[in-house]
Amino acid sequence: MDNNAVESIVQAVLQKLALQGNSVKTETEISSVVSSVMNEDDSNLVDITSKEVKSVPLLDNPADEDGLLRIMNKTPARIGVGRAGPRLKTQTLLALRADHAAARDSVFADVNEDLIKRMNLPAFTTCCGDRNEHLTRPDLGRKFSDETVSAIKSACTSNPDVQFIVSDGLSSKAIEANVENVLPSVIDGVKALGYSVGTPFFVKFGRVGCMDHACEIIGSKVTCVLIGERPGLGTAESMSAYITYGSKVGMPEANRTVVSNIHSGGITAVEAGAYLAEVIDLIMKNKASGVNLKK
Amino acid sequence: MNDGILSVGIDIGTSTTQVIFSRIIMENMAGFFSVPHISIIDKKVVYKSDIYTTPLVNSYLIDGDKVRDIVADEFKKAGFTPADTQTGAVIITGESARKENSALVLEKLSDFAGEFVVSTAGPDLESVIAGKGSGAQSYSEENACVAVNLDIGGGTTNVVVFDCGKVVAKGCVDIGGRQIKLTPDYAVEYISPSASLICEKLGIDLKIGDRTDKATVFKICCEMAHILEQMLGVYEQGELLKKITTHGSSDFALSKPIRAICFSGGVADCIYNTHSEELKYGDIGVLLGQAIRQGRLLGDFKLIQAKETIRATVVGAGSYTTSISGSTISYSEKVLPLKNVPVLKLNDDEQAKAFSGDTQFIKEKINWFMTQSDSKSLVLAFKGYRNPSYNDIGILAKSLGEALDSVLGENEPMIIVTECDIAKALGQTIGRIYNNKRDIISIDSISVDDGDFVDLGKPLMDGLVIPVVVKTLIFG
Repeated sequence: MDNNAVESIVQAVLQKLALQGNSVKTETEISSVVSSVMNEDDSNLVDITSKEVKSVPLLDNPADEDGLLRIMNKTPARIGVGRAGPRLKTQTLLALRADHAAARDSVFADVNEDLIKRMNLPAFTTCCGDRNEHLTRPDLGRKFSDETVSAIKSACTSNPDVQFIVSDGLSSKAIEANVENVLPSVIDGVKALGYSVGTPFFVKFGRVGCMDHACEIIGSKVTCVLIGERPGLGTAESMSAYITYGSKVGMPEANRTVVSNIHSGGITAVEAGAYLAEVIDLIMKNKASGVNLKK
Repeated sequence: MNDGILSVGIDIGTSTTQVIFSRIIMENMAGFFSVPHISIIDKKVVYKSDIYTTPLVNSYLIDGDKVRDIVADEFKKAGFTPADTQTGAVIITGESARKENSALVLEKLSDFAGEFVVSTAGPDLESVIAGKGSGAQSYSEENACVAVNLDIGGGTTNVVVFDCGKVVAKGCVDIGGRQIKLTPDYAVEYISPSASLICEKLGIDLKIGDRTDKATVFKICCEMAHILEQMLGVYEQGELLKKITTHGSSDFALSKPIRAICFSGGVADCIYNTHSEELKYGDIGVLLGQAIRQGRLLGDFKLIQAKETIRATVVGAGSYTTSISGSTISYSEKVLPLKNVPVLKLNDDEQAKAFSGDTQFIKEKINWFMTQSDSKSLVLAFKGYRNPSYNDIGILAKSLGEALDSVLGENEPMIIVTECDIAKALGQTIGRIYNNKRDIISIDSISVDDGDFVDLGKPLMDGLVIPVVVKTLIFG
C-alpha cells in the first residue's frame, strides 16, 4: 500500500469520526470505524495466495525475465520473490502467513458434513473428544469406544475382501478436494477385479492407526484408509492412502503400503483411484503389504 | 534392471552411412511412497561405427545389398544381434531420401529391424534429429534459452531452432561442403546449381573444368556464410536465401532472439577446429568452415560445443526417437508391439464433445478417418485436461468406447493416447463398460498430431511404461 492510500484512509476515518461528534472514542470504536472504511472498497483487492499472483515475479529488474518465469513455472517454491534489504517483501511475507493460516485451518476444520452425506458414508468418531485431543493424543485417534465398535459392526458388512475408510487425519481440505473422485474410482476398479468391497465409512478425528482397530472389527482382508496429510505451505489438499493386509492393533508401521501426494498438483484423484485398485490387487495376490510386499 | 534398452541408429545420407548403438537408461524418479514416475535419465552411445561412403548404384539409387553388408558387419563388430535391440531408427537423409530407396532399405534391412526399428526421413525431421544429437536441444532445455543448430553436411544445411528444448523453427538450405568439388590445384570438378547462383550474384564465372584460386573460393564461402547469417536474422533476408531454401522451411521470423548456436555435420569440425590444409577433402568444406568462423554467427551468439558433429544425425536417430509413456497407463500386453498406427487427433472442440458424451459425433469422425486413411486401426488422440472428475471419465469412457467399438473391425484393439495424466482411469473404465471384450491400450504423457504415425513397443520397467516412437513421416 503506498503513502497516498494510507493518507486517504486516514482522511476518511477522521471525517467519519468528526461526523460522530467530538466525544472521546475508545480504541474499539476507532478500530470499528477504521475497518468500516477499509471495507468500503475491497472489490479490486487481489488474492495474494492465488496461483496467478504467485506466478508474477516480484524480483526487480531480473537479468532474464523469461528464464525466471520458466524456472518459477517448474516449482511451487517461493523463488523470484526479490527482497527488501535482507528481508522478504511485504507481499511475500503476507502470502507466506496466509498460506500458513490455510494449513492451520485445514488441520482444525471439520470435513464438510454435506460431502459425507452425499457420499452415503456412515460417520464414526474415534476416542478423541475434540480437535485438540485429536492433535495432542494420537493414541486416542487410533481407537474406537465400545459403543462405536458395536455401531460399526451393525452398520457395515463383515469380512469383505477390501474395506475402505475415509478419515480427516490432519487435513480436512484434502478429503474435500479428492475423496469424491478417488473413492468411486478405486471401488469400481477393485470390484471389477472380482473382490468384495465392504461398507465404506468416515472416521472423524482419525489417525492412520484407526484402520487396525477397524480391520479387527470388520474382519477385512485388505484395509485401505484415505486420510488427509499434514499440510505444508505448498498445498493443504494432499491426501494419502495407507493399505494393509490383515491389519491388527500394534502391527509394525513398516507393513503398511502407502501412496502419498494425491492432489491436483501431484497424482490426480482419478488416476490415483485406478492405480490404487492395482496396488490392492497386488496385495491381495501376495497376501502381504508394506515391506513384506516385494515389488 | 537398470541396463536400459538398446537402441540402434542407422543413417543413410547423401555421402555417408553410419551405425550407432546406444543405451537408453530409465529410472523411477518418484519417491518411494509415491506413484511411480519413470523417466529417461540418460542416453549412452555404446558403439559408433566407422563412417562409410554410402554405396550407390547410380547418382541417387542406393545399393541395398552393400548397405545391408555394412549394417550386418557393424552389428557383428559391436557384438550385438538384431534380437538385442528393443528400439531404434533407420533414417534416410539428403538426396537419398527417395521412395525407391526407402522401400529398398526397408526390404533389405528388415531382418535387422529387431522388435521395433522404424524408418523415417525428410529434411524437416533430419534437422530436428541432428539438433538433438548435437546436444543443442538439451542445451536449450537446460539453459531455458533459444538455441539454433546448423547441421552442415555435403549438400545441405539443416537448421533447427529450439526454445526451451521445443522446436520453434526448422528448415533446410542448399549450402554445404560439397556444393563445389575441387582438384588439389583448384580446378572445378563439380559445381551445384545453387553454388552457381551464388557465383552469379558475386559476378564470378565458374564452370566445371575452370581453374580458380583460394581467394575466389573463399569469397564464395563468405557469401554462403552470409546467407546463413541472413537466415538467422543477423542481416536482412536477401533474394538468394529464398531461392536456395528448401520448400516447406519455416520463415525463421522468431519471437525471441537466438542466444546460442551449435554446429554439426561434416563441416562443423572445420568450424570448431582450424585445418591448415584447405583442400583436404577435395571440396570447399574447410574454407566454408573458416568463412563461418570469421563471420558474425560466432560473435553474435554464444557458441555451444557440439556433443557430436558428423555423427549428430545418427546419434539423434538412435538415441532420441524413442520416448516413453506415462507411468500410470492401462494396456493388454498381448497386442504389443504395434507399428505404424495412424493418428486421429481430436482438437479442443472435438475433445469437449467427447467429454460431453457426444458418441455420434466421435463415431462419424472415426468413420471418416478410417475411410480417408484406408487403415483398419487407429490411435485416437486428444489432450485431455488435468484433474478431471470421476464422473467426467465415466462419460468420456462411454462415448469413446462406444464409438470405437462400433467402428473398429473385429479383434482390432482400442488405442487411446492423451497428453494429460488420465490414461489408467480411462482405460480401466472403458474395460469395465465393455467387459474387456476388446483389447485396450490407453497411454498418456505423449503428444501427437493429426497425420502422425505411432509405434508402440513391449512394456518396460516391470510393465510400468511403454516405449513410443512418434513419426511425422513414413514411407508409403
